[in-house]
Amino acid sequence: MKLDAKIPDGPLENKWDKARFELKLVNPANKRKFDVIVVGTGLAGASAAAALAELGYNVKVFCIQDSPRRAHSIAAQGGINAAKNYPNDGDSVRRLFYDTVKGGDYRAREANVYRLAQVSNAIIDHCVAQGVPFARDYGGTLDNRSFGGAQVSRTFYARGQTGQQLLLGAYSSLMRQVGMGSVKVFSRREMMDVVMVDGAARGIVVRNLIDGKIESYAAHAVLLCTGGYGNAFFLSTNANSCNVGAAWSAYKRGAAFANPCFTQIHPTCIPVSGEHQSKLTLMSESLRNDGRVWVPRTAGDRRSPAEIPESDRDYYLERIYPAFGNLVPRDVASRAAKRMIDEGKGVGKTGLAVYLDFADSLKRQGEAVIKEKYGNLFDMYHHLTDEDPYRVPMRIYPAVHYTMGGLWVDYNLMTTIPGLFCLGEANFSDHGGNRLGASALMQGLGDGYFIIPYTLGGYFGGTKLPKVDTSHPAFAPAEAGARGRVQKMLSIKGKRTPASFHKELGKIMWDKCGMSRNAKGLSEALAQIPKIREEFWKSVSVTGSGDGFNQTLERALRVADHLEFAELLVRDAFERRESCGGHFREESQTQDNEAKRDDADFCHVAAWEHAGPGKDPVLHKEPLKFENVHLAQRNYA
Amino acid sequence: MKVTLRVWRQKGPEAAGCFESYDAEVPSTDMSFLELLDTVNEGLIAKGEDAIAFDHDCREGICGMCSQVIDGQAHGPDKAAATCQLHMRKFKEGDVITAEPFRAKAFPIVKDLVVDRSALDRVMSCGGFISINTGAAQDANSILVPKDDAEKAMDAAACIGCGACVAACPNAAAMLFVAAKVSQFALLPQGGPERARRVLRMRAAMDSEGFGHCSNEAECEAVCPKEVRLSNIARLNREFLRAVIVSPE
Repeated sequence: MKLDAKIPDGPLENKWDKARFELKLVNPANKRKFDVIVVGTGLAGASAAAALAELGYNVKVFCIQDSPRRAHSIAAQGGINAAKNYPNDGDSVRRLFYDTVKGGDYRAREANVYRLAQVSNAIIDHCVAQGVPFARDYGGTLDNRSFGGAQVSRTFYARGQTGQQLLLGAYSSLMRQVGMGSVKVFSRREMMDVVMVDGAARGIVVRNLIDGKIESYAAHAVLLCTGGYGNAFFLSTNANSCNVGAAWSAYKRGAAFANPCFTQIHPTCIPVSGEHQSKLTLMSESLRNDGRVWVPRTAGDRRSPAEIPESDRDYYLERIYPAFGNLVPRDVASRAAKRMIDEGKGVGKTGLAVYLDFADSLKRQGEAVIKEKYGNLFDMYHHLTDEDPYRVPMRIYPAVHYTMGGLWVDYNLMTTIPGLFCLGEANFSDHGGNRLGASALMQGLGDGYFIIPYTLGGYFGGTKLPKVDTSHPAFAPAEAGARGRVQKMLSIKGKRTPASFHKELGKIMWDKCGMSRNAKGLSEALAQIPKIREEFWKSVSVTGSGDGFNQTLERALRVADHLEFAELLVRDAFERRESCGGHFREESQTQDNEAKRDDADFCHVAAWEHAGPGKDPVLHKEPLKFENVHLAQRNYA
Repeated sequence: MKVTLRVWRQKGPEAAGCFESYDAEVPSTDMSFLELLDTVNEGLIAKGEDAIAFDHDCREGICGMCSQVIDGQAHGPDKAAATCQLHMRKFKEGDVITAEPFRAKAFPIVKDLVVDRSALDRVMSCGGFISINTGAAQDANSILVPKDDAEKAMDAAACIGCGACVAACPNAAAMLFVAAKVSQFALLPQGGPERARRVLRMRAAMDSEGFGHCSNEAECEAVCPKEVRLSNIARLNREFLRAVIVSPE
């Protein structure tokens, strides 16, 4: 396997312009001769499908949920970044690029990130035109707020529901195309395989979740927009159905998987309350604009927060990082919280939490203003914990949230399989070792609205693609493989539920490959995961039948993929013997316990190639070159 | 704490359904109602029985996937919350809790507590959008929107498309759902050019999908997990009247 990132040469500012000029075009009349499959309808998938259909392509869209509007982008809260510089506070495309590369701890591609910053402003323009109700000032202009890792206010927001509003914007554009007949939506379908013809992706096999039928669809190109793999940890802020299955099936067909160990642990989530918990809930990073994070100054101080006077509190982020204060990047804030808790300063019943306190802001700005900014988040917290954050400080704890790793893609968003593209969280390209807040929405929509419409045209314009439909001999074996997998699972009739395996895997992942990792723990995990997998295939119990609606079977199929994928994640974490961003190797830290990169040995993208069942995957390295940003130890103090 | 769940079980759209009872131990009142269903399902699977099918996904009240009528109320007894945000602390020892699917002509049952709400998507495809092609937009700040209008548009846009309004309505009308979208765009200058066309087409689609008519019961507002207000239905009616007079369509 050869990794060619296809980054255009020339100055950074001109690369995208150059690429767009050099990419071949498909004339308007010919576009309708091309079929495109889009899997996933989050921000990346919905925006790509809508934009491609607007250009004239025939688009087929697939989603797990009953409606494309329910993809998990809907749950993104805080906002979306853009380099508009409306507040006149020093922002620019260059600064957004710089902050994102630095925030990612110098493990993203310069050219990709610069392009993202370049298209960021057009995203805001388009979303406003779609009727996304962003927050505004009294004069009618758009309002901004601050997010972690930046000293400018560049984040556009719609209360604490920005992801929902942006997704509904993309969904509305998608439904417009459905009404016009250029998009067909296949809901309640789960992707099982990519179908390859002459070495290129020419279709997919899906399972219809209503009737259990295995179905095939052919196209000229396939776009995977299937989100991240946070659910490999069992407990995460991901929705229950989020899974790595689509990307994993592509990996097994030859798509390289890049940097799987780059996982983001978000500092502000509602703490775990007990064994019964099925998922964790995020409290937006935007809350750190007005909330102050603190713990008691002395370990073991069990007084209620109201009884702890100012003098006995440690606002540790403000103390350790005076320049960025509560708005340090997520990885930094999460590790700082862990250090406090490890020192015995954790709060709440379990001691596994720190306070996020709004008392000062409520006093300064009044309850009405805080409600306008964060009302829905405060309500969510209240529902979940039965505590009123207007009266008592929130308790928060880090949780698995976003995954920076994903399928390796070149500058054109194409994986190592020709004709198979990957967009949004599912690819690896823009966030390096740590994603900054409000950048995921930017990337998903940037990929979908403004990048793939050009690069996909370039692929079609420059590639000979013979006519292929589902009667092509490549489809039958892929279908048979999917059917066989379902049958095998149903025939085990063991004693243990799929969820019990998922929990067991998640515990290992969190304990040994979570916020803090070391060689010993990782090698233990590498030994344990195959054993759980073996046990799973011996003793899983999947009740119900294969030819009907069966959520137990759906869960089992997803857990089986996570059991395979998790091993690759841990292996990648084991091999990357440096700390960077969200990947913290205890062996590699500064005197102040910050992540210490090793640029001499690890300034590269780790891209893993599947070598066949039972064989070790092959590691390929794409060196990262930094010509515009000086590599430095990140400093937020 | 011990409770009894009475759950609607139905194998498929054509099959007859009935209530089945399950005794459940609630280990912690911090547990959500859906997590209790998870626990019951774990028990059923361990016994080799088919698990209770129910829709859920984000489990934080925003995706709109969960869709149960609990103790006679769409999304259950908690105000301004989706089914997934209902916690066991709202119940007490010995309670018998009844869980049914959203029932409406336009929402055929798929299995147990799962219904097909694709009718709502079809209504959206008939006008729930602003016709703007990617790349054609002007600078975002060249469209000025008064803050109060933006806030009201956001209140309407908060709809999660769960269909609780339909389930709660004695006529199974989708008025609040459609009103939320029509209002959002009617309140914003961007929605202006298609204002009449949108309301006429969405209303027609709503009728053809088999949703009932509104008779001002206000049950929809009472159960809406996002507190979308009845005033949006008044706005929908005004928009419709305006469109009929203004537009020849």
